[in-house]
Amino acid sequence: MSKSLIEMPPKGGFSFDLCKRNEMLAKQGVNPPSFRKTGTTIVGLIFQDGVILGADTRATEGPIVCDKNCEKIHYMAPNIYCCGAGTAADTEAVTDMVSSQLQLHRYHTGRESRVVTALTLLKRHLFNYQGYVSAALVLGGVDVTGPHLHTIYPHGSTDTLPFATMGSGSLAAMAVFESKYREGLARDEGIELVTEAICSGIFNDLGSGSNVDICVITKGGKEYLRNHLQPNPRTYTSSKGYSFPKKTEVLLTKITPLKEKVEIIEGGDAMEE
Amino acid sequence: MNFMASKQPENSLLGPEADSQRTLYPYVTGTSVVALKYKDGILMAADMGGSYGSTLRYKSVERMKPIGKHSLLGASGEISDFQEILRYLDELILYDNMWDDGNSLGPKEVHNYLTRVMYNRRNKFNPLWNSLVLGGVKNGQKYLGTVSMIGVNFEDNHVATGFGNHLARPILREEWHQNLSFEDGVRLLEKCMRVLLYRDRSAVNKLQIAKITEEGVTISQPYSLKTYWDFSAFANPAQGAVGSW
Repeated sequence: MSKSLIEMPPKGGFSFDLCKRNEMLAKQGVNPPSFRKTGTTIVGLIFQDGVILGADTRATEGPIVCDKNCEKIHYMAPNIYCCGAGTAADTEAVTDMVSSQLQLHRYHTGRESRVVTALTLLKRHLFNYQGYVSAALVLGGVDVTGPHLHTIYPHGSTDTLPFATMGSGSLAAMAVFESKYREGLARDEGIELVTEAICSGIFNDLGSGSNVDICVITKGGKEYLRNHLQPNPRTYTSSKGYSFPKKTEVLLTKITPLKEKVEIIEGGDAMEE
Repeated sequence: MNFMASKQPENSLLGPEADSQRTLYPYVTGTSVVALKYKDGILMAADMGGSYGSTLRYKSVERMKPIGKHSLLGASGEISDFQEILRYLDELILYDNMWDDGNSLGPKEVHNYLTRVMYNRRNKFNPLWNSLVLGGVKNGQKYLGTVSMIGVNFEDNHVATGFGNHLARPILREEWHQNLSFEDGVRLLEKCMRVLLYRDRSAVNKLQIAKITEEGVTISQPYSLKTYWDFSAFANPAQGAVGSW
């Protein structure tokens, strides 16, 4: 008798096989480890010549700040950048993955990447995983069709907006945008408004803090202003700086540079073995 | 035949009273109240909506009332509990007037009374489901305080309840300063109420602004804020990406 069961190869998307087991374990008090979240304020706005993205730089692990100066504005393409809120691993992985896919697509088509391409790749991936990939993104860029700004939610829905905020500090930042945004902002006004919105998040939301990162994208190119504003410097710094006592005496210093070994195959094709 | 052992009722911890006597959830609710101190006294703003769950049931609810000669009370949360609080305060002011001793309860005293009432109700697991804002002026002293439904109370230069904490407080922290003029205060409150109107789903575009100074209380007539919906990206979001939204 032949086996009627055909071995199906695993298709893409989230596998719900272990969900029942996890539920049972949780009931017995065995909880999965908590994730490192970025508890964030990320914003984007469209100005006269393009898009400005902004983000704070605090990463939290529950109640503890685990990174005081992390980078939340990720590279997608030379003309597209993406801010990420939610679980740090998820935002990093998903933006890296789509960035590579965009690069391959650029090689294939020979053209500059479009923001809608990145948008579609991201939303398809996130929807496939039904919200379990906890990444909330603000995607902005300038391509041949003009400047674009989108928000992408963990379940895969997207919005196209003139100004957007995400993360735990999004309400504080949105309060600033709703009261001060107007169309046709100049570059400096735009940067000032984005900085104000991020500062509102930094000072009014506990999940956001430290410094302000800005990225300005225009048709001409991009400007990544890392730590554009540092409103939380160390209050007391030692004027002496740090010096470590030298306990070991140096007797001899000898530096040997490593030489490259290059084999030159005389005649014949290099491919022939 | 086997007899089932009699099960203890789940609310046995709270005595023989039935569950239906305790407040479990609010039904008709008001949204945020925002208030700030200005040069001559206190300015307070609240919209006039009473939501029944996700329906906007009542659109002319006055959520700010004068108390005695020196105070103004604004409330968010369950409207029926607010009306009950007004009855308690009515009794309190009545007794105060009956003393006829030339002294009257000021905002600090009313705030303290409200804190005690809210905290004691919460301890009996039967809270008054409100967040209150109490402002007033007595003998030239301005006072602005807030009490939550669990009895958390404090006073500050500017307060907000509910969503106002997240959307209005950041704006007030940036732009409030001592000795605001009346026009500046109203402009600042309107700025906050406009953001709340845009981003709070239970807000309505019909609000009142109340002013309390040494002279007394004035509550404005209801009016609406001007809103702007014509950003080109809102009008045509899929312009650069046909087929998306």
